[in-house]
Amino acid sequence: MVTISPASQRTAQLRFTLNGEQTDVSFAPYKTLLEVLREDLNHTGTKHGCELGECGACAVLLDGKPVLSCLLLALECSGRDVLTVEGLGSDGQLHPLQEAFADLGAAQCGYCTPAILVTAKALLDQNPHPTRDQIREALSGNLCRCTGYLQIFEAVEAAVLEIASHNKSA
Amino acid sequence: MPQPTDPPETKSNGNEGDLRVIGRPRRRVDARAKVTGQTRFADDISLPRMAHCKLLRSPHPHARIRSIDISRAAAYPGVYLVLTGKDLPIEYGILPVSQDEQALCLDHVRHVGDPVAAVIAREELIAFEGLDLIQVDYELLTTISDPEEALATPTPRIHDYGDEGNIHKRVALEFGNVDQGFAEADEIFEDTFFYQGSTHLPIEQHASVATKDPDGKLTIWTSTQTPHYLHRALAKVLEMPPAHIRVIATPNGGGFGGKSDPFNHEIVVAKAALLLDRPVKICLTREEVFYCHRGRHPVLMNFKTGVKKDGSLTAMHLQTLIDGGAYGSYGVASTFYTGALQTTTYHVPRYRFQGCRTFTNKPPCGPKRGHGTVQPRFGQEVQLDKIAEKLQIDPADLRLRIAESSNRVTANFFRLSTVNLAECIRRIVKSSGWRDKFRKLPEGRGIGLACSAYLTGAGLPIYWNKMPHSGVQLKFDRGGGVTLFCGATEIGQGSDDVLASIVAEVLGLDTFDIRLYTGDTDLGPVDLGSYSSRVTIMAGNAALQAAERAKSLLAEAVAERVGVPPERLRFAGKRVFDSAAPENSVTFQEAVCLAEARFGTIGTVGSYTPPKSAALYKGGGVGPSPTYSYTAAVVEVAVNPVTGWITVPKIWIAHDIGRALNPTLVRGQIEGSVYMGLGEALMEEQEFRRLPKKLSHALVHKFPSILEYKSPTSLDMPEVFTELVEEPDPQGPFGAKEVGQGPLLPIMPAVANAVYDAVGVRIDEVPITPEKIMKALAEKKAGRAPRFGPSHFPHVDWPEALRVPPPWEGGDGNAINDAPRRAKPAPQRTPEKDKVLSS
Amino acid sequence: MMRLPLFSFRAPRSLEEAARILHGEGPDAMPLAGGTDLLPNMKRRQQVPRTLLSLRNIDSLHAVHFDDPRARLGACLTLSAIISDPRLRNGATALAQAASQVATPHIRNVATLGGNLCLDTRCNYYDQTYEWRKSINFCMKKDGVTCWVAPSSSKCMAVSSTDTAPALMALGARVRLVSHSGEREIPLADLYNNDGMFYIHRKADEILTDVLLDSLHDWRSTYWKLRRRGSFDFPVLSVAAAARFGGSGVVEDARIVIGSAASRPLLAEEAGRFLVGRALSSETIAEAAALAARIAKPLDNTDFDMSWRKKVTAEFVTYALRELRGDDVTAERTAITRCPSV
Repeated sequence: MVTISPASQRTAQLRFTLNGEQTDVSFAPYKTLLEVLREDLNHTGTKHGCELGECGACAVLLDGKPVLSCLLLALECSGRDVLTVEGLGSDGQLHPLQEAFADLGAAQCGYCTPAILVTAKALLDQNPHPTRDQIREALSGNLCRCTGYLQIFEAVEAAVLEIASHNKSA
Repeated sequence: MPQPTDPPETKSNGNEGDLRVIGRPRRRVDARAKVTGQTRFADDISLPRMAHCKLLRSPHPHARIRSIDISRAAAYPGVYLVLTGKDLPIEYGILPVSQDEQALCLDHVRHVGDPVAAVIAREELIAFEGLDLIQVDYELLTTISDPEEALATPTPRIHDYGDEGNIHKRVALEFGNVDQGFAEADEIFEDTFFYQGSTHLPIEQHASVATKDPDGKLTIWTSTQTPHYLHRALAKVLEMPPAHIRVIATPNGGGFGGKSDPFNHEIVVAKAALLLDRPVKICLTREEVFYCHRGRHPVLMNFKTGVKKDGSLTAMHLQTLIDGGAYGSYGVASTFYTGALQTTTYHVPRYRFQGCRTFTNKPPCGPKRGHGTVQPRFGQEVQLDKIAEKLQIDPADLRLRIAESSNRVTANFFRLSTVNLAECIRRIVKSSGWRDKFRKLPEGRGIGLACSAYLTGAGLPIYWNKMPHSGVQLKFDRGGGVTLFCGATEIGQGSDDVLASIVAEVLGLDTFDIRLYTGDTDLGPVDLGSYSSRVTIMAGNAALQAAERAKSLLAEAVAERVGVPPERLRFAGKRVFDSAAPENSVTFQEAVCLAEARFGTIGTVGSYTPPKSAALYKGGGVGPSPTYSYTAAVVEVAVNPVTGWITVPKIWIAHDIGRALNPTLVRGQIEGSVYMGLGEALMEEQEFRRLPKKLSHALVHKFPSILEYKSPTSLDMPEVFTELVEEPDPQGPFGAKEVGQGPLLPIMPAVANAVYDAVGVRIDEVPITPEKIMKALAEKKAGRAPRFGPSHFPHVDWPEALRVPPPWEGGDGNAINDAPRRAKPAPQRTPEKDKVLSS
Repeated sequence: MMRLPLFSFRAPRSLEEAARILHGEGPDAMPLAGGTDLLPNMKRRQQVPRTLLSLRNIDSLHAVHFDDPRARLGACLTLSAIISDPRLRNGATALAQAASQVATPHIRNVATLGGNLCLDTRCNYYDQTYEWRKSINFCMKKDGVTCWVAPSSSKCMAVSSTDTAPALMALGARVRLVSHSGEREIPLADLYNNDGMFYIHRKADEILTDVLLDSLHDWRSTYWKLRRRGSFDFPVLSVAAAARFGGSGVVEDARIVIGSAASRPLLAEEAGRFLVGRALSSETIAEAAALAARIAKPLDNTDFDMSWRKKVTAEFVTYALRELRGDDVTAERTAITRCPSV
């Protein structure tokens, strides 16, 4: 089972868009996007709970779609667009989802929160007025052990209203 | 006759209408950091030259280590260091009476996953590859897989200590003349229940980073709920003065009791960091978290309860057989907990408790949310349902009749402060539509009710001492800022917010004005840790005292300036003003400067020690608490009578909380507890697989993954309707009681009771699964007892019970027969039949 | 943290190039589609390919052609793409329902149709880390000799866990396989083998490129998945049913497939034949369900008690057939899926 030769000195190069900015990074080629984000790019906002795709804590947006960064080879991300929790805010302001989560108790230990935030953002980008069932389903790949989910749903719903009213007045 | 004690000096000072922070739904102080992903969890920490550690774990459930050859691993390119048991031989453990763990097993491995060596390398992958190069020569020992096997297999001993053989601990307590109590009963009920083990499954895996500071002292950041206890363990094992060790509990990504022991990996990285003089990190895989475990003990219970026709209880006799796993952990306390709180909800005039914990070759069990009281609560509440049915009393009405009330002392000498159980029951009976639904819903739909109580902080510390359980220091700076230092640990429950809100309320500030440094043994006074729901009451009361003292000092200084007596001053809106003439005021910042000019540098401390317990007997240290929370829950279920498929659409829950310091957080704790209770009720199982003995000695965790260990998803969560009953309790800061654990307890028995209402079968076991329901339905169809569950409680050689007369029999909290420790049993025992109980 | 082992990575731009590389590298190379099954297996060291051959850049594998009455689905179509394609409703509903219930939304955004069809068989004793498997001295499927599910068995009893395969088998799908030496098209049903280790007749150097569906105009189909929770979990039992109806609701053709009850999806041939020429009365449904349930032989290799999985099979089949009949089975369905939209 043991790899006979020691870890190769090879590194790979990746150029991609991270939170709206072109980013270049060198990394060990066996790494997943999760590992590169956390270890080579210091973006530790994206978490891990299992590394096997079984908990959702590592979710990021890839070309706008929620995916599990622990199951993506960094090598497969060349030229692609990645959004993490660090990139949710804009113009120095938090995203309405972040404000709502903070106000309505949707984050307790906060560990699953980044993944849920980006997943919820993808939902609202695609469907600005989701029903409770649609929110539930969109988040069905994110485990939370603290909240029991209900305050999370309410926070998403509050953000929906906030975004809608902001758009109206804009 | 002991009386309930007077409340401590630090009373809550709020007049209801005056509260500006307490009681209002607020964004918690650490919310912004969490929603921006900036909260620094242990694995987020990266330091220059940091090395990575992996642990080699035993593949065998029980074995001696004959030899370990680390030479090939040590020579592997990229490996810096390999450690084995001889590098860390000193034993440690959370309880003084069970210091039975070694950071790396020296010569005896006791469960699959027990660590035996550590590889520290440049990269985690290299360390992982190095593990396979370590040769361990094991001598296999008999595998002991469950308590019955442990009882029957005294050797080989898993530990050299304990009652005898593989029995870790037996306890027996008797409060009052229990036999007489049974004789007075109109009916006697005897039921056996089983509660399966479960684990905490925090989303954050355990992680630690240790380093030798620039000045040569040891610092470790780690995901722990109990930095103070870890601090002591590190000092002991590393043979270093505790003053040269700093433990920083990083915010936990969930704990639930699973991060409350000092752990092997923490000690190993500390040692490695000291030896290498470079930072060392470890992050456990999910599977390794299952091996740390310290989760809910599987408990087999036998309840014998005597009742009068009107439902009042005359006596209770509870026996518990507890599967402790491979180490002591909190197990002795857990053992007592499986008997302690049965008397706190309904009046039990006479009570006998016998508990037995055995060692087994599985990951050790310890405290999980509700710690040992959850299992017997299940049994008690389901049995009450059976009693209610037989006596033809509505289960809610039965409980209302026998519920305890405020300011009483229980048979086992626990002082009850505020008790609003009855009100909780009334509320959910109303909101759930209980009267219209119980026994009235169509076949396949059912409704069940259950109640519970839980401690607000363990009344005694883990290690005996007379010092405070929590301390808070406040620093005031001339800029008007307040800094709070406390050892309390934020595990998601909101402890930082609790502390900030109390100080903000007293001093008239916003919580945003307060900086918090918590969980750091260098910076803050000792707080024993985030367990047993102690933080709000203990750290909270300490914070309250520190804030009140500061308020006094500031008031005195301000009084001189504005020329009014200090008592007339109010602190609100970041100002200090004369209540009679509010325009006569200074800013809070000015108040600090005035005080500093008057007194010198300002700083205050507060501390908290729980009131002395009335339970003076041996074993009475587990269970007492300054006050108890109460909960009542109604669960509605739908059960498919053909497949046994069970879904839970709605849950109503009422919680006697004293005062909700922050209703947003309180709701979160209640819903989170309901969620976790539902997980245990329906799907969580820490289950093990014993391979066919002829082919293998293996005893492995059946599925140590977050996929196969089932926890509810967003799709599995029902609607939850929460109500709070708020009668401020004099013991709590601003009257607050606990909320982080109590609401979990009634869920499982309420589900069981609802299943009976739906399809007429009793599942006397947790989890309550479709397979069990279907089997019970088949039994029902065949005309046999419509039940699934254990019917056999094995024979245990119980020690002679400590006899403690309850208050109403003239007791004073002492045992009248302080019996000496049970002598070793004689070689020949008189054979006794196992107790076989009809279901 | 769990880390991947080292590997070489190739990312060809054409099918020909991919087939050539696969042939050259031999069995130590594996195609990488979505990676949502392969990567976890690699982290647990169940599968340790020396070379990963990414299929991401091969456009033809991501294409969908609707050439009425036939459909050609590229094997690298993500499950999300399948679910959101409105042309894959009506007759091919079973496929959309199956795809909708795989794992979680995040995984469906990346996981592919081909990957799900080729999904490794699963077992409590196999889908575990290297260290865990070492504690049981490994198993027949990987590095050991004993099948712990059935220690006296001479073959591996790992269970088929794909959702799309039973659905597509019920729809009579065919698949195209391409290698360096040529290509072939076979019924999907012929792709599988009832052996936990040798469960698929895809040679190591073949790439599954397309799924082909014939006209499903007059067909109705459905897919039911049984699992503990509403998401994440693999099936412990699944039922795919498809039928073509003539006048007055008489069945002209029918296929019932039982999934996750063997090492391959099982076509319930006798049950399907029984339905032909009959209307779906309650008695007919019950009889067909009993016939279908007979072929299910679940073993102790998944979640849930195997005897319970066996016992509920017939009931599950009746749900599917009642749905084909046009009954409103929303209550039963939502109780299982916990997701009203599926």
